[in-house]
Amino acid sequence: MSNDANMHGHAGVITHHEVHYDEHHVHHHKETFITKYVFSQDHKTIGKQFLITGIIWAIIGGLFSVLFRLQLGFPEQTFPILETFFGKWAKGGVIQPEFYYALVTIHGTVLVFFVLTAGLSGTFANLLIPLQIGARDMASPFLNMLSYWFFFIASVIMFSSLFVHTGPASGGWTSYPPLSALHQAGQGSKIGMDLWLVSMAMFIVSSLLGGLNYIATILNMRTKGMSMTRMPLTMWAILFTAILGVLSFPVLLSGAILLLFDRNLGTSFYLSDIYVAGQILPNEGGSAILFQHLFWFFGHPEVYIILLPAMGMVSEILSVNSRKPIFGYMAMVGSLFAICILAFLVWAHHMFVTGLNPFLGAFFVLLTLLIAVPSAIKVFNWLTTLWRGNIRFTPATLFAIGFVSLFISGGLTGLFLGNSTIDIHLHDTKFVVAHFHIVMGVASMFGMFAGIYQWFPKMFGRFLNHTLGYIHFWVTMVGAYLIFWPMHYEGLAGVPRRYLDLRDWHSFNKFDDLNKMITVVSIIVFAVQLMFVFNFFYSIFKGRKVRTQNPWGSNTLEWTTPINPGHGNWPGEIPEVHRWAYDYAKDGREFIPQAEPVGANESKDH
Amino acid sequence: MQTTFIILILLLGFLITFQIAKASEYVAVMRGEEKSRKQNNRINGFLLLVFLILGLIGVYYNNEKLGGKILQFGSAASDHGHDVDNMMKITLIITGIVFVITQFILFFFAYKYQESDKRKAYYYPHNNKLEVLWTAVPAIVLTVMVGFGLFYWFRITGEAPENAMQVEVTGSQFKWEFRYPGKDKVIGKKFYRAIDEGANNPLGQLWEDSTNKDDIYVPPGDPMHLVVNKPVKLIINSKDVIHDVGLAHFRLKMDAVPGTPTTMWFTPIKTTMQMMQETGDPDFVYEISCDQLCGQGHFGMRGRIIVESQEEFDLWMAKQKPKFYLAHPALDPDAPKKDSTDNKLAAATPQLRQ
Ligand code: HEM
Ligand SMILES: [Cu+2]
Ligand SMILES: [Cu+2]
Repeated sequence: MSNDANMHGHAGVITHHEVHYDEHHVHHHKETFITKYVFSQDHKTIGKQFLITGIIWAIIGGLFSVLFRLQLGFPEQTFPILETFFGKWAKGGVIQPEFYYALVTIHGTVLVFFVLTAGLSGTFANLLIPLQIGARDMASPFLNMLSYWFFFIASVIMFSSLFVHTGPASGGWTSYPPLSALHQAGQGSKIGMDLWLVSMAMFIVSSLLGGLNYIATILNMRTKGMSMTRMPLTMWAILFTAILGVLSFPVLLSGAILLLFDRNLGTSFYLSDIYVAGQILPNEGGSAILFQHLFWFFGHPEVYIILLPAMGMVSEILSVNSRKPIFGYMAMVGSLFAICILAFLVWAHHMFVTGLNPFLGAFFVLLTLLIAVPSAIKVFNWLTTLWRGNIRFTPATLFAIGFVSLFISGGLTGLFLGNSTIDIHLHDTKFVVAHFHIVMGVASMFGMFAGIYQWFPKMFGRFLNHTLGYIHFWVTMVGAYLIFWPMHYEGLAGVPRRYLDLRDWHSFNKFDDLNKMITVVSIIVFAVQLMFVFNFFYSIFKGRKVRTQNPWGSNTLEWTTPINPGHGNWPGEIPEVHRWAYDYAKDGREFIPQAEPVGANESKDH
Repeated sequence: MQTTFIILILLLGFLITFQIAKASEYVAVMRGEEKSRKQNNRINGFLLLVFLILGLIGVYYNNEKLGGKILQFGSAASDHGHDVDNMMKITLIITGIVFVITQFILFFFAYKYQESDKRKAYYYPHNNKLEVLWTAVPAIVLTVMVGFGLFYWFRITGEAPENAMQVEVTGSQFKWEFRYPGKDKVIGKKFYRAIDEGANNPLGQLWEDSTNKDDIYVPPGDPMHLVVNKPVKLIINSKDVIHDVGLAHFRLKMDAVPGTPTTMWFTPIKTTMQMMQETGDPDFVYEISCDQLCGQGHFGMRGRIIVESQEEFDLWMAKQKPKFYLAHPALDPDAPKKDSTDNKLAAATPQLRQ
């Protein structure tokens, strides 16, 4: 087996074998294709499974966005090819409203949950936690495997919902009842909605299994010397992400279950006083707004679940490639912590115009704008990390820099929306769409790309093609701003989100050229993402081989493992840690790995 | 055909890019990886600087192109709208300054501190003074923003003035209906189970409530009429799913929630005529857009508002007939009398209730 060969190849540098290793060694010989690649309990393989499933969903979700952008950019045009593929959903080559709303809903759901939650946290938490804290695997490899397979079941259910006769859910990724609760309210509120809810329930189980495992592993399984404050920031970010998930996902689960009850068992949690499709419904006493509280109590932490791992990876990547310690390590940890706490106290900023008590709203304004303080700390610390560095622009570095730029832009528009006075005007307009795509969608995507370029060598023992990486970065960076920056203006003109045709609106019918431009750029950006996917799969098999153990000159422990580590990660003993992860440029040395003992004359700083 | 063509072009472009990318890897190996890595570094460092400059120019250019299409500061058509615009102005100035400074620093540092053989990175792990500084300054600035914001917020969401006229707005898939209180200035009770479109009672008005008898109903498609400079309180609800009364020109919006009525008040300060002159657009119309996804017809859920003088409003109002008489034509004093109308009403009323 190639893994074993590798381990022995590196055995020379290892002084003595550990009992542990021999146990694992035995396991290796029993591995079959199924246990190695399918029902694998190796955290690295599970990470790759999350990543590849995430990539497949990203292609589907991205393709959907191209389809609905066609409608937005060219509402007067017909695309006969669409009818060929989608039949009645695109009758006469025109995207039907039901189809449009189904596309937006699935696009949002898939990108938020399957790509940026499972694909991002799932991949990098699994890949990096044991490698960076110095553990052989997760606390429970079995639960870890289940976590992936629940995600897989959720994926299968969601995918199958695309093919039911009445179409998939189409009430938006937030699926507010009563629209999502009443079968009569539309095609997308029929069986597609049930499948959506069941799929989400499976997904939540997956997230909880994963999250509990990440927390347990980080708290309990760090190698000797790896105190909490010596951990790389990726670990802190993933720890906080997991805590957010464990505390917030159950709330969404309860919200989803109540919704399933309302839909199918005649309960009235969210329903009251409804006359729909010519029918008087018996339900009384429920509250439609209750769902929004449950959803956003989860939903706001969720946006940080998506963002924090990206922040962690960006911190790490910027430091490594600036060849300089991250500036203000403790402030970075502290601001992650502050964001984590505040994330639970701001949810009603999504509900300023639902009839929320204005006095209550005031507290949410205060707490929401407060989040900008830790966010600002992080930005300034990243900027200072670059200052007087010696920066290597690998594709990972570029995506990390792009992340910071996008986070600044999107964070600042958050200050408009977080101020309830302005939000009255901007709520549910294109401004919100621009805000969250820049700060969450694209920024976290950038974090994910940065992570993939940085750790691909660890995952597959090969490099991604860097020239394609540079093209990927520049087109995506320019494209993202071209798409989302001008979109703010549409919002400022009051254009509501989720409108598929503005031609009948006197106030909004003036952005034709803009919408065409945005659509064309989206198609180009999508094509370049396909190029990245090609690069990804091509490089797994044909990429330039990694020949040195530590290609980026990085301090963290994952680069002390063999180039292609087997199950158990280190062939010999797990290295002991003697310092924090950021001794770059210290005492005139370019970098000092964490496993290196502190020298006698080393300066004390940090 | 066109689509196939585009896909072919994309594929071709991709193939060429891929070949170049692969070739560059071989060239790198031939010329020495270190050397070509350094060259790439210089190129990307330079591009970051170019991106900064072109980006800032782009921001300016974009504003030139689109700035005229958005709702201008000072063009708000309601008193509250001015508060919203003011807050927007304050926020725009503050965030604008922060945006330019931080983006400049980001890309400029990236360019300036790109790898060079001459420089060694500087070990600089933390500086408490700096960190306190950039915790405190944002905190102070944000306090100012919160202060202004809440001042306006409470003004906008406070109690409506005594003299405010009332209009009830009811959303349903995918239309708006309005109701005026009539001469008694009281909007009559309604109950969703009394809705009966066949019997001319689309809102479920309870006819035994006598305050309902003079209520004016405005059917879907017809505009809401408001009086300029007279405060109006909208009482908003929905029959089926959540909708939202979006009033872009007034800078206001409020959800319509089934089962839980909401309210919103404001004073329109410009008549429709004035807006026509101000915008130079003879077709100008105040639109109500539904701003909460409510089903497949969401994007066409359009209402209209006419803001006019008190006289014009009174004229319009005088022409309206209470819905009560439309539902009970036999009771209409203007209609030709038929016999035994009272009995008919007596027979009809209990059925309507429940
Ligand atoms: C300074 C920081 C931020 C502030 C003050 C802020 C504020 C807000 C507010 C008030 C809204 C609701 C807007 C509306 O619907 O009317 C919103 C929407 C949103 N924000 Fe932020 N935000 C900030 C940063 C972020 C970050 C970091 C993320 C994600 C990583 C994020 C993701 C989102 C998303 C996904 C939505 C839209 C959800 C939807 O309606 O579909 N925001 N933000
Ligand atoms: Cu939020
Ligand atoms: Cu609506």
